[in-house]
Order: sequence, then structure tokens, then C-alpha cells
Amino acid sequence: MSEKMVFLALQDNEDARPIREAIEADNPLAVITQFPGVYKIDAPGRLVINRESVEERIGRAWNPQDIHLSLVTLSGNIDETEDYFALERT
Amino acid sequence: MAVKAAYENYSGPNRDAVENFHGNQLVYLGWDEHMMFPCAGVFPLPPQMPFGAIIKEVVPSAFSLHPDFASIDWGKVEWLLDGKSFNPTLDKSLEDNGVNHKSLIRMITPGLNGINNSGF
Amino acid sequence: MEQAKKMNMKEKYNAMTGDLAWDFSYKTEAEIFPLSDFEGIKIEDWSKWQDPFRLTMDAYWKYQGEKERKLYAVIDAFGQNNAHLGVTDARYINALKIFLTAVTPLEYGAHRGFAMTGRAFPGVGAQVASQMQSIDELRHAQTQLHTISQYNKYFDGLHDPFHMFDRVWYLSVPKSYFEDALSAGPFEFITAISFSFEYVLTNLLFMPFMSGAAYNGDMATVNFGFSAQSDESRHMTLGLEVIKFMLEQHPDNLPIIQRWIDKYFWRGYRLLGIVGMMMDYMLPKRVMSWKEGWEMYFEQNGKMLFDDLARYGITMPKFWEQSVEEKEHLTHQLWLTFYSYGHAAAFHTWIPDDSELDWLSEKYPNTFDKYYRPRLVYLREQEKLGKRFYNPSLPQLCQTCQIPMVYTDPKNPTKRVYRETIYNGDRFHFCSDACKEIFEHEPEKMSQAWLPPHQIFQGNCGGATIPDVLKHYHFTENDGGEFLHSRDNANWNLWKGLTPDEEAA
Ligand SMILES: [Fe+2]
Ligand SMILES: [Fe+2]
Ligand SMILES: [Zn+2]
Repeated sequence: MSEKMVFLALQDNEDARPIREAIEADNPLAVITQFPGVYKIDAPGRLVINRESVEERIGRAWNPQDIHLSLVTLSGNIDETEDYFALERT
Repeated sequence: MAVKAAYENYSGPNRDAVENFHGNQLVYLGWDEHMMFPCAGVFPLPPQMPFGAIIKEVVPSAFSLHPDFASIDWGKVEWLLDGKSFNPTLDKSLEDNGVNHKSLIRMITPGLNGINNSGF
Repeated sequence: MEQAKKMNMKEKYNAMTGDLAWDFSYKTEAEIFPLSDFEGIKIEDWSKWQDPFRLTMDAYWKYQGEKERKLYAVIDAFGQNNAHLGVTDARYINALKIFLTAVTPLEYGAHRGFAMTGRAFPGVGAQVASQMQSIDELRHAQTQLHTISQYNKYFDGLHDPFHMFDRVWYLSVPKSYFEDALSAGPFEFITAISFSFEYVLTNLLFMPFMSGAAYNGDMATVNFGFSAQSDESRHMTLGLEVIKFMLEQHPDNLPIIQRWIDKYFWRGYRLLGIVGMMMDYMLPKRVMSWKEGWEMYFEQNGKMLFDDLARYGITMPKFWEQSVEEKEHLTHQLWLTFYSYGHAAAFHTWIPDDSELDWLSEKYPNTFDKYYRPRLVYLREQEKLGKRFYNPSLPQLCQTCQIPMVYTDPKNPTKRVYRETIYNGDRFHFCSDACKEIFEHEPEKMSQAWLPPHQIFQGNCGGATIPDVLKHYHFTENDGGEFLHSRDNANWNLWKGLTPDEEAA
């Protein structure tokens, strides 16, 4: 694992599940730690949530800003466009 | 250093000035190695009160619940006043003993160091 | 007519925030923003402000509306389903009482503070971010009050939180943290709250606490907690953005900001000790220990946050090492303190049962069995003999953090730390070198602290006896004291059809 880690935490509910799956698919180095009601996702250097990957899972349009409804906390510098939401620390 | 304020000559009341205590001054009293009382207590006392009254009245009201209390040999107690060791004159006033407003008195009882010597 | 080209995210953000401002024609900027420069922070170009979330006002209302709809559906269901009976046991509610009486008024204080910064900052990006946060914080206070009204129907201690907040001795700890920040300028306030409190420390307040609520079956708290916390990511990001922006604007800002970071890290750490006590002692089902939480969220993540800022010359907050040295003692000492002052608190205290003591031994192998288990066992035996221990005297408080002066030298945990300084001929007392330094930097301000025990002796709290003071606090006879003998415990046993605890008989 790289020295510099980023993380985010999501509420453990149905709305966040496709986001979690998209993260797992697109960030092979991400590690998920489960706590009651919430999980924390750590990754070295960069963690990205791609709009397309979420849309594939839910079968409708998804705006990366919808992450605001599920986000519990984060650590890292935000890089955000119409197509992805990412955290970076380099 | 000084506070940076939105206007010049910022100042405020000294909230705990001795004048605010109706003729009393505040005295803090702690017992070392007896953490059952997790911190020193604070007491409003007349500056003319003899130091002996601290031993007779204030100390028991604060600390007599501790099982070590009954075994204290008052001739052996060591005192700290505001961090320095100190030999109080029992019939002299707090003032004359140098116990001032917001002074801290610490009591050390050699040989008595809490339940089973644990500092509690 | 040609259709307007769809704006991309950045263009839309600029149009919906920065372009909302206007130029002044008949007043100068200094007249309109009189609080923007007395703290010494120099801003050359407010247009360089970039909100990393790029949330526009219309998107903000949409998301917040959705969060509210979800939350109130849950709160309604809570009331209809007697969901208060779903928590692990009635001891748990006492952690919630501390949270709701200590933190809910802080949410309201944050609402006021960000309303102030939204008005005081000359830059429109910072104004919009402040306004959003001010509204968020008001929402947090409201949702927590609605949760209080659910629990207040069934449990003691929650009937008058705002009255208590302005008077009660231990609530002066969070109150004084926030009022220190609120009474400073806008840049110090936003550094204190957005950066030090929300960005550096808030993970420890919400992650273990809300996770703890979920683990202990408290769905109302989980819901207001996560609903509030979903705003918190935005607040934390604002905290980081503010710091970077100030540092990029002028090199003279660095020492001022570093001092604020040092100050509010320490004050926030002192405040969070109470959360630590909740994690280790008050949750019947525990998520993680204070020590583990501090390691995860401060020692590891906090160090990375400060590494990010190293390029600007920012260093780890002064005295952070001491927080690490104290981590195996802190929560035990605080719980013993509240236990000994349990007759003057609006929540119940107790001695953990044996399996809980074993959990603490496992989490604190270097200190718990050596120092703290024997104390707790002794107090439990005293209680069984009918001699529940309460400390009869009022506590000596630290002038800065306002916590009773209970902290010890980590190398010698039966020796209390006493620090003092003389200012204008009067003596002032501190729990630590850090609290002493904070005072010495601003003695004109900190010497005005409203210390509850001193106020009692000045005659400002309803009388000189403990019952007089508790009446002044609006405490009832059922609010405090030993859990075993509490009305909460008796009611709980009745509702759940449990046999009363034999100790309580
Ligand atoms: Fe909040
Ligand atoms: Fe917040
Ligand atoms: Zn302090």
C-alpha cells in the first residue's frame, strides 16, 4: 500500500449499494471495512466513483453529486466532474 | 501577547475578581495520591479564617469519605501552597499564611497513598 | 431561437454562485465588510476561491429537501412503533443525553456562526458556502430537537436542553469552545469550526457515535446522525478549502493560522474526551475504543491531512503528542470524574459489568488492570454496601477548557497536572501546558471565562447548596445519580418485563 491514503464512508443502505459496487469494480486496491450502519472505504492515492459504472448498475441516469445523499465522511482532495467523483492524495 | 479585537483597547471584566465573592476568597484544596477525589475542590473562605479551621472544617468536608482519612497523622502532613512546600501556622489567618485568592493548597500524607497504596 | 448551450459543471457553478454578487456603488468595501481584516488575515483576490464541491443553490435545495423527507419519515415511524424500546438497554440512552444536551446547542451555535461569516466575508464563493452551512446547521439543530422530543417522552434528563446548556457545569465545556470561536473574527471562527473541529476531529464525534447508535438499536439517532453527517462531508471540505485559500493568498497568514490550528486542536481534543468516555463506558455494545478511534482518525488520518498542508508550511498542531500520550488514561479518568459528580449531572452513571471491564482490559492492556479496574471494582463494592460514592466538593476547573482539573502526567498517572499563571495580579489555573498557552496568548479574553463553580459562589446560580443549584439548572430529582436506582432503569425493566436488577432492589 502506498503511504498516502484516501477514504470515504457511506451509509450502509440500498441507495448506496450500487455506489459501493461501482467503487469495488473500478478501484481494485480499495479496502472496505464494515461498521454498524456504515462502511469505510480506504484506497491508496486515489479513489474514484464513475457515473457510468453506477448507471450500469441502476439502469438510469445518475449524477455524481447524488453522492451527497449517502456520504458520511471523506478524507482527501476532491476532483469532481460530470463523469466522476474522485478523492486524491499524492 | 494580546487578543486581536475589532476595536482598540479591548478589555473585559475579570470575572472572578475577589470583590465578587462577598468577602470571601476562593481556595482550592487537593489531596495528592487520592484520585478518588478526581480533582481539587474549590471553597469560598474568609481571608481572616485561621488556617487551623481548614484542617478542622474544610478538609473533613472534602475528604472524610476516604478510608485513609481516619488514619491521617496531622503532625506528619506536608503541605504545598501554590506549588511550594509550606509550613502553615495554624492560629494565623489564611491571609497571614500567604494563602491568597485562588491559591491552591495541596495536602500530602506520607505513608497514606490511597486504597491499597494505589493512588486512588 | 437558438437554444443556449448546456453549461458544464464548472460554468454552471460559476453562474450560480460567483455571478450572484454585485459591485458596490455608494459604499466602500471596507464599510460593507468591517470585520474582514482586523484579525490580520490578508486576502488579495477573493475570486481565487474555489469550492471543490461546486454545489449550486438549486442543487443544494434539491438534495437537502430529499434528506429531510427521508429523515422525517423515519422519525414519524419511530414514534408510531415505540421504537425507544428497541435500544440495547436504558444505559445507552445516557450517551444520547450527553450528545443531545451538549452537541445540539452547538449545531445552533454553528448556524449563528456561519450566518456571521456569510455576512462578514467579502468573497461571494465564501458567502455562498457559509450560507449553505448556516442553513445545514440549523437543520441539524432542528432534527436533533425532534429526536429529543421523542426520547423525552420516556426518559429523564432531556426536558430542557437549551436552558441547561447556558448554566450546567459540564455543558460549559462545549459552550465555551464554541463561544470562544463565535466571539472571534470570521477567519478564526471558520478555522476553529470548519477546519479544526469538522475536518480534523469530527470523524471521531460522528463515526463511532452514529455507528454506536446503529449497533445499539437507536434508529432515530442513526437517522438524524447520518442525515447531518451527509452535510458534514461538505463542511469538512470547506474547512480544508478555507485553510488552503488563506495560505495561498498571503505568506503573512501562515503564523496566524498555525496558532489557531494549535489552539482549536487542543480545545477540540479536550472536548472530545467526553465522546471518548461515551465510546468506552456508555455504549452497551461497543464499536471501537477511544484509543482505536484516536489512532485511526487522528494519528493516521490526521497526519495525512497535515502532510497535505506541509507544502504551505503548516505543521501538526502543537501538543498533539500529548494527546497520544494520554490516550490510555483519558476516558477512564473522565468516567470516574462523572461518576463521582453523578449527583450533579443530568444523566446517569454506573460501574460497568464484568464483561465490560474485560473489554476495557483488552483494549487498554497497559493501563486498565493496573490503574482503573481496581478503582471501579472498589466503587462497585461501596455501592453494594449502600455507600455510593459522590464527591462532596465543587471541582477546580481549568480556566481554558473548563473541565475539572483531573488530568494526570501520563508518565505518572496518580500525579495530577497543575499549571498556573498570574495575570493582572490574579492567579489562573490550567489542566495542561496547552490550556495555559492558550490563556497567555489572549488573557484579556480568557480571564472572562464563566466558570460554573465560581459563579455558584458569587451567588449567580440560585443558591449555595447543591439542591439550590440543581433547581437553577432545571434538573429534577430523576435526572442524575446512579443508574441502578434511576427511574429510567425501573421503567425500562417494567416495559421490557425484566426482573429488577438485584442491586437496585
Ligand atoms: Fe452540524
Ligand atoms: Fe457541520
Ligand atoms: Zn484545560
